[in-house]
Amino acid sequence: MGTSNTTKVLLEMRGITKRFPGVIANEDVDFDVRNGEVHTLLGENGAGKSTLMKIVFGLYQADEGEVLLRGEPIDIRSPSEAIAARIGMVHQHFMLVPPLTVAENVALGLSSSRRPFTDLAKVSTRISEISDAHGLAVDPSTEVWRLSVGERQRVEIIKALYRDAELLVLDEPTAVLTPQEVDDLFVILRRMVDDGRGLIFISHKLHEVMALSDRITVLRDGRVAGSTTPAEATRESLARMMVGREVRLTPHKGKVTVGDARLSIRNLTVIGDRGTPAVKNLSLDVLGGEILGIAGVSGNGQREFAEAVAGLRHTEPGGTITMDGADITTSSTRVRRNLGLAYVPEERMRDGVVAEFSVSENLVLVNHGSREFTKRGLLATGAIRRRSTEMVKQFAVKTPTIDTPIASLSGGNIQKVVMARELSASPGVLLACQPTRGVDIGSAEYIHSRLIEQRERGAATLVVSEDLDEILGLADRIAVMYEGEIVAIIDSADAKREEIGLLMAGVLET
Amino acid sequence: MSDFFTLTVLVAVVGSGVRLATPYLLAGLGETVGQKSGVLNLGIDGVMQLSAFSAYFVVLKTDNLMLGVLAGLAVGAVMGVFYGVITIVFKATQGISGIGIFIFGLGFSDLLFQRLVGTPKPIRQLPTIEIPFLSELPVVGEALFQHNPLTYVAFILVPVTILFLGKTTFGLNIRAVGENPHAADSLGVSVERTRYVAILIGNTMAGLAGVALVLELGIFQPNLTQGLGFIAVALVYFGSWRPSHVMAGALLYGLVNATVLQLKARNIIPLSFSELAAMAPAVLTIVALVILAQRVKGPAALTKPFIRH
Repeated sequence: MGTSNTTKVLLEMRGITKRFPGVIANEDVDFDVRNGEVHTLLGENGAGKSTLMKIVFGLYQADEGEVLLRGEPIDIRSPSEAIAARIGMVHQHFMLVPPLTVAENVALGLSSSRRPFTDLAKVSTRISEISDAHGLAVDPSTEVWRLSVGERQRVEIIKALYRDAELLVLDEPTAVLTPQEVDDLFVILRRMVDDGRGLIFISHKLHEVMALSDRITVLRDGRVAGSTTPAEATRESLARMMVGREVRLTPHKGKVTVGDARLSIRNLTVIGDRGTPAVKNLSLDVLGGEILGIAGVSGNGQREFAEAVAGLRHTEPGGTITMDGADITTSSTRVRRNLGLAYVPEERMRDGVVAEFSVSENLVLVNHGSREFTKRGLLATGAIRRRSTEMVKQFAVKTPTIDTPIASLSGGNIQKVVMARELSASPGVLLACQPTRGVDIGSAEYIHSRLIEQRERGAATLVVSEDLDEILGLADRIAVMYEGEIVAIIDSADAKREEIGLLMAGVLET
Repeated sequence: MSDFFTLTVLVAVVGSGVRLATPYLLAGLGETVGQKSGVLNLGIDGVMQLSAFSAYFVVLKTDNLMLGVLAGLAVGAVMGVFYGVITIVFKATQGISGIGIFIFGLGFSDLLFQRLVGTPKPIRQLPTIEIPFLSELPVVGEALFQHNPLTYVAFILVPVTILFLGKTTFGLNIRAVGENPHAADSLGVSVERTRYVAILIGNTMAGLAGVALVLELGIFQPNLTQGLGFIAVALVYFGSWRPSHVMAGALLYGLVNATVLQLKARNIIPLSFSELAAMAPAVLTIVALVILAQRVKGPAALTKPFIRH
């Protein structure tokens, strides 16, 4: 393949409509990719990006419309037909088998030259060739579970290249990567495009979209909301296309006088699920009136740290957690809550709400036993309903009724319910983990403004997030966590994205 | 007690231990293949009983051992087709479906026996084949190389299964669909077909286990297996899904069983204890296996029906 065919249309989708019971996932969508370009598909969760790509890969069939590959109409009915048509897909959730080796993962589904036996030696040689040619270093004989997230992604790309994919779909490939890994990935992807391949990049991270794309198509509610190029677009204009209204991407923060430390952590060590220390001798102060952001790549002890502060995980002797002068190291969650701790957990469906309960029940989950909501030992339904209705209105939760099961709400609205419950007690210390993960831009904007309010109220707010943009936008100070330790605390006014990225990757020492 | 520890007795114990291990090994290897693909089959005890009866009945009528073996294999395969339809086509809960298969096999083999045979009549047993030269070796010759053909088959199937699962493309497919069926699906491997074949292999081997049991005993009775198939399922877990470890478990079970039988035969265990002693193999084996078992996680998709999303 050379640059001569860079203007050829590789894939063309015309008038694609896909319906599911009760939902139209795609409606009359036109989309095309040329050889030698990256065409980004941008949109909120549920906008129809993944559905459209599953049609390309043969996992779904379109109800209406046609697909043309290299100018010929094609009907792709299964992933194997897609692979045979030289279409590759890197799925958002890696399609790897962790106990198998890299070579076995790559060889899976391919015919072998030594049938009925596998020909892993041959596969390994070819993998090494592909690795060298594309800068995708990985050892073919390693089991996949031993690899880092970045390496696993390389395996996914190698899988597609091994099958000689000419069209490659990447579904949110950067979601789990450090900023450096993202940079490396983009270099690799660029090289693949220069080879004449066509790439479809799916993302909702605006600065990445601006950095990588040749063309951008925005989907909203299953329809094409518009097409543009990075030269013509700004992050703000893209966000407007995604949401359908003006969106404030960087939250507005007023000046606030910072008070004393309201949450103090000293020499905290926490054992993780694997039985080894996940948090190592960590000390940290969070001051009243500030938002302290904890940045880090997933799995560096943030979850264990947050659970220890919330009282859901034991800490090792020697460490202390103090809140407004009271030692809460070994206190129950109830005591912590009564002292003014609020907690927005990372896994909201598992730890934040009871999925089968209604919106109203979830709203009073913390204090349904309080005098306000009980009458002679029974739940005071009237008072609960009145208060829930108020909270739903106050936090702009979109729900048909307060009796709707919470599981049927969107991610953004579920998170608003959690926030409403946690903030209703005006906490002195707020611990919010991944507050906007999987949340639409509109709700994220709202949640951010609520977090900033806490700061103005004089509360100490601790935000743990893997989304560096979120941390940069919200935090007054940024603590970078790497392998269970805080490797640096940086004032957000002086923070540089690259520097934090290197700290997150453990490359830069302070 | 002292006359127990003579060479002759010990050789006899090892020999009968190997023989007793045979049905456990066959059923356990088959269940390993099935579970590696992500399908738990708790019904193999029922499959064994139906296959055992079929083999018994065919041998009773024809006096042809080969036909008996084939009948048992065929019934095992047919039960595999049923189980595949239930768990793969209808995606039913595997634990409950397996128990259903067990109860069906237990009841139906009993019914057929009462209707077609009535009173137990002995049939021809599998002949003992002495491996030339090897069987004449002192000690090991008698213990290891004077067995019936199905015992040899069972032990030969251990390396065959290891090779099949570890080194063939189909074995790779089985391991992949048992761990992450979505990954296999995304690469064009048919999860349904792979699991179906694994179930067929597992059930056919359970059928062969039933055949081995009945043709060793030379007689059929209702509930012939007495839970043997369930022990085989347990051996797969304790053997960490490794054929060699499953074999070790089956041998351990067979040897403890043989020891208890030998002790009873020599009146070393008083008769009043014999009921308790009958439990000893199960208890001892499970204790030993729990201690020895490595904490290995099973196939990640075990018991989970495959649904594309």
